[in-house]
Amino acid sequence: MTAWRWLRAVVAFCVDFVVGDDWTVAAVIAVALLGTWGLVEAGVAAWWLLPLAVLGATVLGLRRAVLRERG
Amino acid sequence: MNAGVLISAFLAATIEVIEMVAIVVAVGVARSWRASLAGAAAGLVVLAVLIAALGTALRGVPLQPIRLVVGALLLAFGSQWLRKGILRVARDGWAVGVGEEDVEEAAARGFDWAGFVLSFKGVSLEGVEVAVIVVALGAAADAIGSATLGAAASVVVVGAVGLATYRLVARIPRRALQLFVGAMLTTFGTFWAGEGLGVHWPADELALVWLGIAYAAAALALVRVVSHWRRAIAPPPVAADRVAAGADA
Repeated sequence: MTAWRWLRAVVAFCVDFVVGDDWTVAAVIAVALLGTWGLVEAGVAAWWLLPLAVLGATVLGLRRAVLRERG
Repeated sequence: MNAGVLISAFLAATIEVIEMVAIVVAVGVARSWRASLAGAAAGLVVLAVLIAALGTALRGVPLQPIRLVVGALLLAFGSQWLRKGILRVARDGWAVGVGEEDVEEAAARGFDWAGFVLSFKGVSLEGVEVAVIVVALGAAADAIGSATLGAAASVVVVGAVGLATYRLVARIPRRALQLFVGAMLTTFGTFWAGEGLGVHWPADELALVWLGIAYAAAALALVRVVSHWRRAIAPPPVAADRVAAGADA
């Protein structure tokens, strides 16, 4: 039982660490990582994709957070 | 003693050690020193075990997958902090929270495992990279001792700079600190994840500088944008409602 609780706590910690309170940001980053890998494999310059995706996801996350605050 | 190898190892290791110390200091100041130092110590233990077990075989350790995993995790966590930092600075202003509260509510309750993991990952990844530099430079010139001394000197010098400056960092208001530490973690995460995927960054290691500047500049701009959104979306003030109601009557 203690092991089960411990396992649940570890999983909850990992989810909170990676996903946090906005799963869409983590999802965008995951897709951007896949896209970057695809571009690298195709021999295309890929350095721009991750920063752009992170900033885009941040802007969308901020917009949603402001809208949530206002109900 | 091979002076050339010593200096090369010192300079090459310094880049990695700066990244390591920056993360430990940032996590310590912004979250919890106990968790940050415990994470750093655990990272050093793992590193020592790896060095003892693998020795010169460290040259064969595949760094790319490690960079990808650590980078992706830092990116996910750092971007959360960046977003929360922007929201809070836009709401409360820059000067709120000088030494009076924890940035994260969770960090105030019990042991801060997130801070521990951040520090552990930074130290273990960068430590492995320093070890690889030592082995690569030392083995190539048959001067492992000189390379080790160069890397150790780098750790001492950069660590001392980190110790000397952490009080200055601690003076930064917590809201602002969360924003800038978020930008820093996002920078390291982007860079390492990209390296892990085989991305060729413009200006190589200097990409850390331009990425950091770009994220910080974007965060500053977004503070203004979020303030504007809040004003635009805000419900009309009560007084204005009353005036309007009176006019209608």
